[in-house]
Amino acid sequence: MNLYEYQGKALFRKFGVPTPEGYVAFKPEDIKEFEGERVIKAQVLTGGRGKSGGVKFASSLEEARKLAKQILAMEIKGHKVHAVLVEEKLKIEKEFYVSILIDRSTRSPLIMASPEGGVEIESVPDEKIYKFVVNPEIGVKPFVGRVLSKKMGFTGDLAKQFTNILMNLYKLFREYDAELVEINPLVLSEGKLIAADSKVVIDTDSLYRHKDLEENAEEKTPLELEANKAGYAFVELDGNVGVIANGAGLTMATLDTLLLYGLKPRNFLDLGGTDSVDITKNAFTYVLKANPDAILVNIFGGVTKCDTVAQGIIAAKDAFNINMPIVVRLSGVHEEEGRKMLEENGIHAFADMRHAIEKLKEIMEGSQ
Amino acid sequence: MSVIIDENTKIIVQGITGHQGSFHSGEMIKFGAKVVAGVTPGKGGMKVHDVPVYDTVEEAMIHEPDATMITVPAPFVKDAAFEAMYNGIRVVYILTEKVPLHDALDIVSYARSHGHVVIGPNGPGITVPGKTKMGIMPNHIFKKGTVAVASRSGTLTYEIVNALTLNGYGQSTVIGLGGDRITGLNFVDVLELFEKDEDTEAIVLVGEIGGTAEEEAAEYIKKNVSKPVVAYIAGRSAPPGKRMGHAGAIITRGKGTAESKIKAFNEAGVPVAEFPWEIPDALKKVYK
Repeated sequence: MNLYEYQGKALFRKFGVPTPEGYVAFKPEDIKEFEGERVIKAQVLTGGRGKSGGVKFASSLEEARKLAKQILAMEIKGHKVHAVLVEEKLKIEKEFYVSILIDRSTRSPLIMASPEGGVEIESVPDEKIYKFVVNPEIGVKPFVGRVLSKKMGFTGDLAKQFTNILMNLYKLFREYDAELVEINPLVLSEGKLIAADSKVVIDTDSLYRHKDLEENAEEKTPLELEANKAGYAFVELDGNVGVIANGAGLTMATLDTLLLYGLKPRNFLDLGGTDSVDITKNAFTYVLKANPDAILVNIFGGVTKCDTVAQGIIAAKDAFNINMPIVVRLSGVHEEEGRKMLEENGIHAFADMRHAIEKLKEIMEGSQ
Repeated sequence: MSVIIDENTKIIVQGITGHQGSFHSGEMIKFGAKVVAGVTPGKGGMKVHDVPVYDTVEEAMIHEPDATMITVPAPFVKDAAFEAMYNGIRVVYILTEKVPLHDALDIVSYARSHGHVVIGPNGPGITVPGKTKMGIMPNHIFKKGTVAVASRSGTLTYEIVNALTLNGYGQSTVIGLGGDRITGLNFVDVLELFEKDEDTEAIVLVGEIGGTAEEEAAEYIKKNVSKPVVAYIAGRSAPPGKRMGHAGAIITRGKGTAESKIKAFNEAGVPVAEFPWEIPDALKKVYK
C-alpha cells in the first residue's frame, strides 16, 4: 500500500527523520495564517505532479487558499487530488537521494544513496548510485553511515546527520513492514539535511499489525476492489474473453496463450484452490460485470474435485442466464463426470488447455 | 541420491490439525513420505492419520525429524519457523501464503546464515517421485525419472509435470520455490543442486514475471550448468504495475518483464517454450 507524502512524512517525524514544517489541508479553509512563503503540494499517489502544476508557491494566505482550491480541483494522471500539503519553503542548496527497499536477489534490505537527487532515480547513472546490502541480523549501525557518508562526500556534522537519517529510516522500514522508503530529494538547507519528499510503500500482507495506518484505496478499478474483497485475485484487462482459472501461474499462462492465439483476455481471475460450488459460481459475477463476449474456464485440479467445479459452472449459467459461449478445460479428480455434466448442459468441455482454447477461437471467429 | 529430501527424511507438520495440514499429511503418507509427528499448540495427545500430535516442536524432537512442513496461518509462520530452526530442524517448508515480507526476510536470512534450507513461503513444496513428498502437489501426476523441475508457481507446475509424465518424461525432483518476493530458494540455488544430482539428467525451469531470478539463472547456467535446460515464462501479457495474483509477479519500473527473461534464457542457450504443453517437445530437442 502506497502512503501519501503527508502520511510518509508523519512517519518520518515519528522516527526522527527531519522534514519541513507543515500540515495537510483537505480544503482551502484548512490553511492557516503564515509569514514568509509556503509551498502547496498536491497529494497524489503518482509521480510527476510538479510538471502537471500540482506544486505551487504562495506568499500570502489569500494566494495560498486560491492555489489550494485550484490544485484540489485537479486530476493528475488520472488521480483526483483530495488533499494538499502546506509546508515552509526551504532554501535548497543541494539535492540528494536515499532509499531502502527489499532486494529480492540478495534477500536483504538494500540502501541506495546518490548525490544526484531530485530526479527519477532510473535516470541516474549506476556509478552514481551507492548501494549497501544490509544484513538483517546486524541492521543499520553507525558504520553503515560512515561507509555511505564517505561515498556521498558528507563530512563532519553532515556525516552525523546522514548517519542518523539512515538509522532512523531503517528503523521505520523494519517496524512498519515497508517494501520501500524513499527520500527524493533529501535536501541540504541552511546546514541541515531535510526530507523534502517521501515515498513509503507498506507490505499489504502486514497491514493487520499496523492498525494506526489509514487504509488508502489502492490503484485498482472498482470492479477489481469488489472482486478482491470477495477473495478473488482479479485484474481487469482490455480484451473481450472472460477468464477464470486456478493458480496465479496457470492463470497468467492462460492469458498468455489466449494472446498467442490472437484472442484478447478481459481479465485475470484466480479461483485459488477450491472445492466449492459457490466459490466457482460467484467468480462468474465479476467476470460478467466486465462484459466479455465469451468465457474460458481453465482448471487444472490437483486435488480439486472437477464435478464440484462443474456444478458451480452450471449453477452460474442458470442463475445469471449466461447466453454467451463458455468453454471449459477441466482436469483433476472426477474429471470425466465433471465434463459429462457440462456437456449435458450445453457447455463445451475439454481435458486439456490447448483444445479448449482452439475451440474458443473457432467459436469466436465463427461469430464474427 | 536426491535433492534436499529423500525416502529417509523424517517430516513433521506444524499445523497438522488444520484443514490443509491434515488433508495434505494424509496425501503425503500415501505417496510414501515419512510423516513422523505433528505439532499444534493445545492439541498435544491427538492423532491425525495415526501420526502423534504434540504441543511443541521440542516434544516432537523425540522422533528426530529432519524437515518440517508449516501450514499455520500467516501471522504465526515466523514463530513456527523459528521454533523449528531453534530445535535444529534442517529443512523448513512454508506452505502458507500472505506471510508478511519482513517475516520472510527474517526467516530466510537466519536460515541462510545458520545452514537451514527454507522452501517457500507460498509454494507447493517438493516432490521426489518414487521416494517422498513434502507439500501439496497432486500425487497422481508424477512418474519417477530423470527430469528435474523448479517453478515459481503451483498449478502451472502441475500442468507442466503432467505434460512431462504423459510424454514419457519422469521426474527426479520437482520443487516449487514459492510465489512471494522473498523465498528461501531461488533458481540459482536449485540449479546448483540439480547440476550435482546424479538422478537428474535434464532441467525444466518454470518462471514468471517480476524480479530478476530468471536472468540470474541464465547467467549461472552459462557458466556452471552442463545438463540441458528448457524453460517456460508466464506473464507475457501482464500489464506493468499490476500484481498478477502472486506478490512476486509484478512488473515495476520496467523491470522483471517476460521479454527480458526470455532473452536472457535464449542467450544462455535455454529454449523457452511458448505454450506450457510444448515443454516435452522442447526437451526432446535438447535431451532425448
